Amino acid sequence: MTEKYLINARIIDPSQEMDEKGSVVIDENGKIKAIGKNIKKNDISASAEIIDLKNNILIPGIVDMKAFVGEPGYEYKENFRTLSHAALAGGVTSIVTMPNTKPLIDNVSMVDFIIRRGRDKASVNLFPSATLTRETEGKQMTEFGLLSTKGIVGFTDVVKAVQSTETMAKIMDYALDIGVLIMQHAEDYELSKNGCINEGEVSTRLGLQGISYIAEKIIIERDLCLLGEFPCRYHINQISSKESLEVIKRNKENGLNFSVGVSINNLSLNENDIGDFKTFLKVSPPLRLEDDRLALVEGIKNGLIDVIVSDHTPEDEEGKRLPFAQAATGAIGIETLLPLALEMHHNESLPLKKIIETLTINPAKILKINKGTLKQGSDADMCVFNLDTPWVVKADLLKSKSKNTAVEERKVQGKVLMTFLNGELVFKS
Amino acid sequence: MAVKKNTLAIKDQPKHLLGIQNLSIQEAKSILEEAKTFIKLNRSASKKSEILRGKTQINLFFEPSTRTQSSFDLAGKRLGADVMTMNVANSALKKGETLMDTAMTLNAMHPDIIVIRHQDSVAPNLLSQKVNCTVINAGDGWREHPTQALLDALTIINRKGKIEGLKIAICGDILHSRVARSNIYLMNMLGAEVNVIAPKTLMPKSIERLGVKSFTDMKKGLDGCDIVMMLRLQNERMQGSFLPSKREYYEFYGLTPEKLKFANKDALIMHPGPMNRGVEIDTKLADDINVSLVKEQVELGVAVRMACLKMYCKK
Repeated sequence: MTEKYLINARIIDPSQEMDEKGSVVIDENGKIKAIGKNIKKNDISASAEIIDLKNNILIPGIVDMKAFVGEPGYEYKENFRTLSHAALAGGVTSIVTMPNTKPLIDNVSMVDFIIRRGRDKASVNLFPSATLTRETEGKQMTEFGLLSTKGIVGFTDVVKAVQSTETMAKIMDYALDIGVLIMQHAEDYELSKNGCINEGEVSTRLGLQGISYIAEKIIIERDLCLLGEFPCRYHINQISSKESLEVIKRNKENGLNFSVGVSINNLSLNENDIGDFKTFLKVSPPLRLEDDRLALVEGIKNGLIDVIVSDHTPEDEEGKRLPFAQAATGAIGIETLLPLALEMHHNESLPLKKIIETLTINPAKILKINKGTLKQGSDADMCVFNLDTPWVVKADLLKSKSKNTAVEERKVQGKVLMTFLNGELVFKS
Repeated sequence: MAVKKNTLAIKDQPKHLLGIQNLSIQEAKSILEEAKTFIKLNRSASKKSEILRGKTQINLFFEPSTRTQSSFDLAGKRLGADVMTMNVANSALKKGETLMDTAMTLNAMHPDIIVIRHQDSVAPNLLSQKVNCTVINAGDGWREHPTQALLDALTIINRKGKIEGLKIAICGDILHSRVARSNIYLMNMLGAEVNVIAPKTLMPKSIERLGVKSFTDMKKGLDGCDIVMMLRLQNERMQGSFLPSKREYYEFYGLTPEKLKFANKDALIMHPGPMNRGVEIDTKLADDINVSLVKEQVELGVAVRMACLKMYCKK
């Protein structure tokens, strides 16, 4: 490949505290050769392809810490190819894939399969996670050591939490020793049993079993208590309520080291959006009150929440066109992650740099992967977007195989124009 | 109840009766007015009318029901409709067919009305999107039971002459009760003040946002009430951790002549049935025709359902 010279960009790269007008030089190997406002003449070869970014914003490719790819077992919902297209259209270049496939990713041969399959079919960087426990039953931990040597970046039971305190203690103790990342879905099943939406006015009106914020809070309390004893690499996948944030704040202030994620759904919607019966808004953890949403935004601002994830969960029509209690849980979101996140910039609740940080360098640091940065020598995974272009989300135009978006017809502002992967232009709108 | 008769113009005719929440005051009042005319018919020697002659009504009951099902059955037949009751236990739904597929299948038979009772909240709304005929909700999950609330309203109007200005207490398992929710919406809409009384574990979150006052104490909750609606305590709730025992529930929340004294002197008792005598209500009190409206509720239920069928059925 020839060298590329990207000019007239506003470069925002929180990993090097950069927000400036400048250019990027990409070498023949797809790495960043030079970046910023002070590019030297001799950094650019005469044959370099020049791309004018016309003062649009250039950021490191987004790292999405939670997305579901249907392979194996659920190819009718999503596959590596369709997920890649959706991701690149959303400026996402690195994805942590969830292991709750069929069969589950809980053993070495499955990891081999998914890595090979991903290499053949996907056109983004895939970072597979494996299940935390065998069969996600919450009893027997998976082979953390063996699986990590095969390329697993983290361990999670995705939509299940380990209920047994004893098992969780053992997992954390063992994980501490070998240094793997535990990604917990915080939910006490006894408290959330049969629940499908937030416990409150909407659940009362719709006559549905609610899920109390306590179900989330109590697992976080328990795990952080254990973390004090076994300080392993611990990450909470998604939180949904202000009560959880209070626990997180207290523990972070006490010096405990862990990271926290939030789904873009919980940042851009609240329980009132469910209306009469929009099952597309049935997600886990559930959408809660506007107060909770505001608290989560504030949590990002003051650093209590480290990453924003898409929680991309493709589900087909049949799974959603059911009475609320029976309907499948989850929404797609990888393609709309950035524009929805930018809403928080447009409504002045978060600085742009903070938003980009939670989508790039923060997840990369937690995962200990060499992504989310445009420092010299890094892979040239990049996203170029116009901050202000307005557009309307239409499920039919999204690239995912499944169309269960939670933000159909939403007016958003900010559009991805180009996505680069290892220096190659892989998406252009 | 100063209502112009037939305020519902044919062209604006609402298609489905899915819940009181979707009803306007005019619609509710029209149904009640219409129902009054059927009370007389039902008491007369010849009860048959021809209003729905040639129309097909399917009763689709996913949950067992005695009084609602027979009431709709009778209502349809008295209006001259052909009524079919689906035995869901033996149907394709047991073989894994979804509600939507069943809806399409039934729709292909050109029914005019489907009356649906379903254990899942909001199921009738879903059904209504897939069929061409009228859908009437005969109770969905914990959400709504609109015809029950309408018959309760008619019963109250029949005895008290009005609803506006009355104070109504709803007592018992509010959490799991669609009857409570529909009644809260309707009584509020018709100008009554509503108190709900339940132990904390059977009180839904944020219930006050529905426009009621909530109490855990019968004495306070019944104070000044004109109507006391008791709800059935489902026995299966006793197995869980909702309540310690039937005995304790009866002690604090069972309606006895002593507790009834907390309400107004001429207060009347209602119950949607079936009753658990000695659990939520004293057995003598339940049968006392001077204070109990239970039998009247059942009687007027047929009239209200006839009114609903007539008004919602496609002409």
